[in-house]
Amino acid sequence: MTTEPNTIEDLANREYKWGFVSDVESESAPKGLGEATIRYISARKNEPEWLLEWRLKSYRHWLQMTEPTWANVRYPKVDYQDIIYYSAPKKKPGLKSLSEVDPELLRTYEKLGIPLREQEMLAGVAVDAVFDSVSVATTYKGKLKELGIIFCSFSEAVQEHPELVRKYLGSVVPPNDNFFAALNSAVFSDGSFCYIPKGVRCPMELSTYFRINAANTGQFERTLIVAEEGAYVSYLEGCTAPMRDTNQLHAAVVELVAVGDNASIKYSTVQNWYPGDKEGRGGIYNFVTKRGKCIGRNTRISWTQVETGSAITWKYPSVILQGDNAVGEFYSVAVVNNHQQADTGTKMIHIGKNTRSTIVSKGISAGFGQNSYRGQVSIKKGATNARNFSQCDSLLLGDTCGAHTFPYIEVRNTTSKVEHEASTSKIGEDQIFYCKQRGLAAEDAVNMIVNGFCREVFRELPMEFAVEAQKLLGVSLEGSVG
Amino acid sequence: MLEIRDLHASINGNEILRGVNLRVNAGEVHAIMGPNGSGKSTLAAVLAGRDVYSVSRGTVTYEGKDLLEMDPEERARGGVFLAFQYPVEIPGVTNSYFLKTALNAIRKHRGLEELDAVDFLKLIRERMRLVDMEESFLHRPVNEGFSGGEKKRNEIFHMAVLEPKLAILDETDSGLDIDALRIVADGVNKLRRKDNATIVVTHYQRLLNYIIPDFVHVLVDGQVMRSGGKELALELEEKGYDWVKETPENVTT
Repeated sequence: MTTEPNTIEDLANREYKWGFVSDVESESAPKGLGEATIRYISARKNEPEWLLEWRLKSYRHWLQMTEPTWANVRYPKVDYQDIIYYSAPKKKPGLKSLSEVDPELLRTYEKLGIPLREQEMLAGVAVDAVFDSVSVATTYKGKLKELGIIFCSFSEAVQEHPELVRKYLGSVVPPNDNFFAALNSAVFSDGSFCYIPKGVRCPMELSTYFRINAANTGQFERTLIVAEEGAYVSYLEGCTAPMRDTNQLHAAVVELVAVGDNASIKYSTVQNWYPGDKEGRGGIYNFVTKRGKCIGRNTRISWTQVETGSAITWKYPSVILQGDNAVGEFYSVAVVNNHQQADTGTKMIHIGKNTRSTIVSKGISAGFGQNSYRGQVSIKKGATNARNFSQCDSLLLGDTCGAHTFPYIEVRNTTSKVEHEASTSKIGEDQIFYCKQRGLAAEDAVNMIVNGFCREVFRELPMEFAVEAQKLLGVSLEGSVG
Repeated sequence: MLEIRDLHASINGNEILRGVNLRVNAGEVHAIMGPNGSGKSTLAAVLAGRDVYSVSRGTVTYEGKDLLEMDPEERARGGVFLAFQYPVEIPGVTNSYFLKTALNAIRKHRGLEELDAVDFLKLIRERMRLVDMEESFLHRPVNEGFSGGEKKRNEIFHMAVLEPKLAILDETDSGLDIDALRIVADGVNKLRRKDNATIVVTHYQRLLNYIIPDFVHVLVDGQVMRSGGKELALELEEKGYDWVKETPENVTT
């Protein structure tokens, strides 16, 4: 099968389709990080004193911390003084509707395939679009407001709902949690805030599209989602970024809090940032801290991620299962190609009784990509009858890539049950030949096999996202029949 | 429809086929029999385009075209179907999705409109009956977790849906119990038409009680040593392959 390696290579070598730079005048902080930068950001955002203090405290923690080196990734040292920590698109005062938004900005979204107005009408998705660091448009707000749901930019939440922000900010990921979380806590620019009050089931998928634009701007998003008793929300985060030569740092923090009993949060991500070129030049460094806390009884937090972009991914969406009967889930597809490196997985911390967690990780490696699953399952003393099931599967395309699995299991309660399954396979010539013998082109065959491999994760995604995820993997829609 | 002339093929430098001649016309069923290692499966694989085999000599003409020049998927779209001896598992891809994609690739190639979900479902439900399949087969991943017999039935089901002009069944009877064998053979018989042809590669005469061939060819050491009508299979069963080796005839039809 001499054609197969070529096909796989071709698949691996497709150009990044969304590599373009928008020409929007931006207003930036001076390069470098210090207390002055933080004061600048805080002042620009007109923040209350407590938040400035919180940032400064985080910064001081960060100064004492060292960059983690335990991940299975290699990259040149990041110069944190060579980064612009804040950049906002200049806006005319008082935007009332989308028609007032910079047309260049709207065109950018259109290129990305997310025309806001169409989405409003067709998809029933409220989009809080983040362009660089400031939210430019928030939709469906009125409708959500009727239900008491708060969905707005983080900056706005600080102004409008400071008591909620203050109560929950850092309650799941404390500022001194890790190096990148501390950095984010010091300099975060904007992000999303979402609050679902008691008993409310959010009737639509909430969605944010992130996009890094201005050159050399690190992006430090902060997302906070709080669900009260019996509340439910499904949140989608999708990302594409323009092509760049220099590496860009992205260190986001996402905190999910399932506060009251029976609260449920579903968080889905499709990450498609610039992965660097074929030689491994450029690309995003994606160092993200995502964590959820199931505080109430019978609460549920579910992470689903499809990671196809970034030069380096360092990301472990986790769940602290504190309330009895709480459920944590992690479904992940991570794809590495060319010289991409991913070290991703999850932590499931079982504290409450009868807590359950499920981990399904699918790693796909091609080119010279290195893909590592790193997961921790921790059953604490009081977690009677806790259960975990982990499944980590790796698929290799070609023989110059790598797949690695690092499971950590820690059990302190004898009534618990932890299962771990792992597999590594190569796309077989016989599989491809079988598909071809049935009339499929080699590329479609590879797509189909890869898609089948990811099926357990894709079916966890909301429909509109699943489509995008499959497109990202270059596959046609699976399961449209039957 | 198919004309094989002096076909030589090898794998890793070992010549397996050493001058095969065979002519298959539309409407005919040919059985290819032979002892282990005689090259039966190699012949099937070479016709389907498996490129671990290299062809050093000879020609294969299919509907006036040079079959050996075509990619496996072109052959498939052109109507060549191989029922695999060892059907391959494709985890996570449902049988129905797989078949729909395959069928539409073939239809597109033939300038036909692609079938939508509704029409496709109608078609496969009808074809499922040919091989006595349950609906649940559609939603299961291709061959994954199938028993040996189920896999073979699934191959014939694929054949029923894709409607090939030239179907090659590679040891489809191996591993089948008598009931499954009957179901598979029934399916093949129902699919028999004036404008298609079938090559049945088999080890045993047993299958030929159910699928009555027009011609039987005995392949020994990479060559067709003897050809005849259906009675040749019975004779073989009685006398064994050594009989053919001892009295070679090297006839082509």
